[in-house]
Amino acid sequence: MAGTADIVIVGGGHGGAQAAIALRQHGFTGSILIVGREPDLPYERPPLSKGYLSGEKTFERLLLRPAAFWAERGIGLVLGRAGTHVDPAVKRLILSDGRVISYGTLIWATGGDPRRLTCDGADLAGVHAVRTRADVDRLVHELRGGARRAVIIGGGYIGLEAAAVLTKLDCSVVVLEAASRVLARVAGEVLSNFYEAEHRAHGVDLRTQASISHLFGTDGHVSGVCMEDGTVIPADLVIVGIGIEPSVAPLIAAGAEGTAHAGVRVNAQCMTSLPDIYAIGDCAAHENAFAGGEVMRLESVQNANDMAATVAQSLCGDARVYEATPWFWSNQYDLKLQTVGLSRGHDQAVLRGDPADRSFSVIYLRGGRVIAIDAVNRVKDYVQGRKLVELGAHVSPLRLTDVTAPLRDLLDDDVLVSAPPLDT
Amino acid sequence: MIDITVKTRNGTPHQLPGRMGRTLMEAIRESGIDELLALCGGCCSCATCHVFVEAGAEGLEVPTSKDEDDLLDSSEFRRPGSRLSCQLTLAADMEGLVVQIAPED
Repeated sequence: MAGTADIVIVGGGHGGAQAAIALRQHGFTGSILIVGREPDLPYERPPLSKGYLSGEKTFERLLLRPAAFWAERGIGLVLGRAGTHVDPAVKRLILSDGRVISYGTLIWATGGDPRRLTCDGADLAGVHAVRTRADVDRLVHELRGGARRAVIIGGGYIGLEAAAVLTKLDCSVVVLEAASRVLARVAGEVLSNFYEAEHRAHGVDLRTQASISHLFGTDGHVSGVCMEDGTVIPADLVIVGIGIEPSVAPLIAAGAEGTAHAGVRVNAQCMTSLPDIYAIGDCAAHENAFAGGEVMRLESVQNANDMAATVAQSLCGDARVYEATPWFWSNQYDLKLQTVGLSRGHDQAVLRGDPADRSFSVIYLRGGRVIAIDAVNRVKDYVQGRKLVELGAHVSPLRLTDVTAPLRDLLDDDVLVSAPPLDT
Repeated sequence: MIDITVKTRNGTPHQLPGRMGRTLMEAIRESGIDELLALCGGCCSCATCHVFVEAGAEGLEVPTSKDEDDLLDSSEFRRPGSRLSCQLTLAADMEGLVVQIAPED
């Protein structure tokens, strides 16, 4: 069976869906086809570790658009199929069911696959990822079946959000983090320490520098985790939240610049090195000005959405470069964390407010310039601090710590004007 | 169900049904109007579902929380009646609500 479309989008997540939506919004009249690996219509992924896991939100409420929308806008959907081979010379995509699709332009928006444990027992039933609806449905099924002892491997956002939900569902929760602190990859020490204390206060048994030896099971189902030091932690279910690997193998095999781990390399227009093939979202390795020009992948809704918008506008004749401000959020318990900018590479972290009040911000600086803000229950700082990040503002740490002075007021500071350009 | 009117950015009014207990953001999204990004999915973490309340029940034109108020401050289009539609939970006394979708920031 063969098919053809002017624009074929591989991946039906936030990036893929938004690319199609934005193409139509910007007046694209050609044919659009989305190929999605999951059987479901495009849906919001962030609630999977929050409101959908807790049962507060039904799946139908996560749909990015109603079912009828896609047909009404002339956006074709092939669901439950992955794109497995790309032949850029003849501009053809081969799907997991053997179907061949000819494209004019290909947008690769496949996101990633949860990284898996490599130790013994990693394949036991009851070992879960939190990446897709199906993952969470399986998890919820076990919880309904009475599973109450949860071990979460990985103290990143996914693991910590899941921990917060599971404690609310009366589970006993152990979080095992290999590094010396949680959120080490994405946040500074103050934030890590704060979240560790919060989780412990909610009854989570959180262990850092935790080295796992293997998982073990009974009748093929996980029943515990054995640590390197011989400690045994009983478990009814295990959640593995240790990051993702970008789903880019078909593009790399087709000759695209990039690697299986680092993602597919894109230029400022989100174009890969292959003709008429773009890549967006979690899988796209791009130079990010907010990281001093470092080539990186960003795993966020913001990044997927804004890259999709950039590509859609370019394809509609309005050439754009991707330069959107990174932002992110995470909800755990009654804590609303909002992040703007990228804190990696900071040489100074300034605390604004007192973590004991459960409302504070951490402002990250590099060379005296504001590069990122983590705001916990402090929406005002997030909103007002965005400009400081976007300008790379030079502000004295002392002024940043003064909670009586709104961050907005620092914008009028004359030091901003005299600041030299950001070295990227 | 209640009747609500949503004006898209070009001013065209759309009558749509609102399921009580759901948010206005969800009602707009379910209707197929795709002018709202609503990026955070309704958890009051961004400001991409901004609307102007033009007519409706008493008090709807005032943000209900400090977080919503602060987030609305991020929009250069904020004006009296500005709300984040994810923070408006539809109820029987909101029959006849009229909102206009705010310009994109």
